[in-house]
Amino acid sequence: MIEPLVRVTGLSKSFGALQALRAVSIAVRPGRVTALVGPNSAGKTTLIKSLLGLTRPDAGRIAIRGTDIDGDQQYRSRIGYMPQIARYPENLTASELICMLKDLRGPGAPLDLELVDAFALDTVLDQPLRLLSGGTRQKVNAVMAFLFSPELLVLDEPTAGLDPVSSGVLKDKILAERGGGRTFLLSSHIMNELEELADDVALLLEGRIVFGGTLDELKRITNQGTLERAIATMMRRGLLPVAA
Amino acid sequence: MNTILKVLKYQAKDALRSRWLIAYALFFMLITDGLLRFSGDPMKAQLSLVSVVLFLVPLVSIVFGTVYLYNAREFIELLLAQPVNRRQMYGGLYLGLTLPLALAFTVGLGLPFVLRGADATFSGSLGALLLAGVALTCVFTAIASLIAVRCEDRLRGLGAAIGVWMLLTVVYDGVVLFILAVFSNRPLEHATLGLMMANPIDIARIALLLRFDGAAMMGYTGAVFLRFFGNAQGVIVSAIALVLWVYAPVALGMRAFLRKDF
Repeated sequence: MIEPLVRVTGLSKSFGALQALRAVSIAVRPGRVTALVGPNSAGKTTLIKSLLGLTRPDAGRIAIRGTDIDGDQQYRSRIGYMPQIARYPENLTASELICMLKDLRGPGAPLDLELVDAFALDTVLDQPLRLLSGGTRQKVNAVMAFLFSPELLVLDEPTAGLDPVSSGVLKDKILAERGGGRTFLLSSHIMNELEELADDVALLLEGRIVFGGTLDELKRITNQGTLERAIATMMRRGLLPVAA
Repeated sequence: MNTILKVLKYQAKDALRSRWLIAYALFFMLITDGLLRFSGDPMKAQLSLVSVVLFLVPLVSIVFGTVYLYNAREFIELLLAQPVNRRQMYGGLYLGLTLPLALAFTVGLGLPFVLRGADATFSGSLGALLLAGVALTCVFTAIASLIAVRCEDRLRGLGAAIGVWMLLTVVYDGVVLFILAVFSNRPLEHATLGLMMANPIDIARIALLLRFDGAAMMGYTGAVFLRFFGNAQGVIVSAIALVLWVYAPVALGMRAFLRKDF
């Protein structure tokens, strides 16, 4: 098997009495879309934030291409992040925001502005962000994740708040970039969407990984035809650990 | 260093366009201009402005600062997901908040004086007034940043911000007065001086009142203060006290920011 792009080993994190992650181990394979699935407060966002260094785990390791991430912030230049909530400084414009990220990242590869055209954002780029609707801000959010053609894209509920057309645009972009060899870790509650996009699935339940493997494997072991039913079956089986 | 400047640049751009900040500058412009018109005497206008500055600058700095940082929470997360260093990020956030506020204050209060023709006789005290306001801005945005980092709940954070302001503006002086009244038969001039040094607003107040020859109003204590603040040593000690009032909350906020889970 090829070396995973991201390997998480025994990751644990608690917030006070709440145990958000319990010895989570997953591997994100390069050039594939890994879907992070689970009910609310299963630990998906905590896992994503640990990977980005926003949250400090209590125990465990995260390695990208074999190198542990703690200590150095430079690894984040390989990651594009699309957060769940798009709230930005009210008085800046989207172009200023893009400039800011460009400044922070330093000179590098040419910017990928394909989504600006695809979302038809060029007319709103110079308006203050406070005037933009939630959906439009979410599109700006997506633009910024893809901007630097990163090796790994971490998308937290990427299509939430997008209309069907825009959501289609984003999904096409994800599939095209995966075809180009990029790796995705994405969380979503929309199973049809994951069915379309995901190659691998990691199912989190109460801070534990109950399944980690390919989508086909998940369907096979649960004897279900769709991801939605397969996940439901896994969740009914509860916290019984399943070897993937 | 680089990240500090980059964050500062964009954050300042954002803050300087904020309606609240513009209103703050306009308020100082109006009140300064009004006082200049009605008193007709720049010195008298400045003396009246002392109270306004001591009251308003801490309040606006701490409340605007906390609210601004709470609103920027998700944006800070996005920035921290970039290849940036948290230490520099915090520096950029603090300066990006402090400099626009200090600028709005300086322009708001200074411009009416400049437009009416700055005069050597009062430009020294004007400088002191501006310096005191900027120093208070630095102190109270530092406290605001500390609160916003330490306190997850924004309502409690805002409550804490107003609480700190009330404590240092009203309660503290009440306690000092109470102590002075209880121990009125003992010489407390030096103890009072110490107590004043422990409150940034009091440091600014005394330094300003002494510049405006208000010492005469304060009796023997005033004389002790005048001797203390009147020489270089006193100025240096009070400057150090103010710097500590900036340094301590910035350092504590930085420590919390470095360890914070977003």
